[in-house]
Amino acid sequence: MNWIYDPWPWYVSGPLIALTMFILLFAGRQFGMSSNLRNLCAATGGGKAADFFKFDWKKERWNLLVMVGAALGGFIASQYLSDNTVEINPDVTQKLETYGIYSTNEAYLPNEIFSLEALSNPANILILIVGGFLVGFGARYAGGCTSGHAISGLSNLQLPSLIAVIGFFAGGLVMIHFIFPLIFS
Amino acid sequence: MKTIFYLVVGTFFGILMYKSEAASWFRIYEMFEFGSFHMYGIIGSALILGILGVQLIKRFNVKTLKGQDMHLKPKNKSFYRYAIGGTLFGLGWALAGACPGPMYVLAGAGYISILVVIFGALLGTFIYGLLRDKLPH
Repeated sequence: MNWIYDPWPWYVSGPLIALTMFILLFAGRQFGMSSNLRNLCAATGGGKAADFFKFDWKKERWNLLVMVGAALGGFIASQYLSDNTVEINPDVTQKLETYGIYSTNEAYLPNEIFSLEALSNPANILILIVGGFLVGFGARYAGGCTSGHAISGLSNLQLPSLIAVIGFFAGGLVMIHFIFPLIFS
Repeated sequence: MKTIFYLVVGTFFGILMYKSEAASWFRIYEMFEFGSFHMYGIIGSALILGILGVQLIKRFNVKTLKGQDMHLKPKNKSFYRYAIGGTLFGLGWALAGACPGPMYVLAGAGYISILVVIFGALLGTFIYGLLRDKLPH
């Protein structure tokens, strides 16, 4: 049964992401997941507070459906197709242990941050909210996220997407190498 | 019919994100530690095929199934919004260990805590909408 539970290698996963983008292109759409955050703000009455949310979000219904499907896919994969553990480089595992994160190779997300018990720690809630906030704010400021810029935009050789993706990595490296040591030690 | 089509595409994408482990906090952390080729291989191979495919679409002027032009509009030229927005996004991506697609996937997988991250992401999107005219773009 291992072939069902084993993770998909990069050379399967990457091409299938490209396939997802092309399926949407042939359907007349553009692959971009963070737009749904804006759609959700618009659908819940955000247009009353800012013009940015005054648009016909029902035209973006297709993308909200992709979002619902993604959640469904997450349910199916975690329930039936995965043992929900992730094995990573042993050196990185050791580094995480110095940060007090010991659930590497045993969980899909670190229990120390994402378990329900961890939610009773206000510092953890802050990490989750601030992390989410930066993703939402940054994605809209930059006009796209990993799917919209790193996949769709770069595939179309867009200079703006290259600037954005360099920003994604610069921000990520700063967080992991300079801010994580402050947060977790 | 259309509803089912997009739900199926999304479900495929969700399974893909979960099974590739691109939705795992550990893989994102490992990527920024340069600890494995895995994430670079995923993004790199998607990109190479994406570039090749888009070039072919343009060269042969391939249309959508309905015969319309494909959605390949150039993005607005600017520097600040992409550099600043991109960097803020990267900080959040590494801190939460998830970008928007995987957030929905993890919610479906039953990780309650990811709802806090999604709430933060919605809040960030909303605050951007409020401040948009005051920010350099």
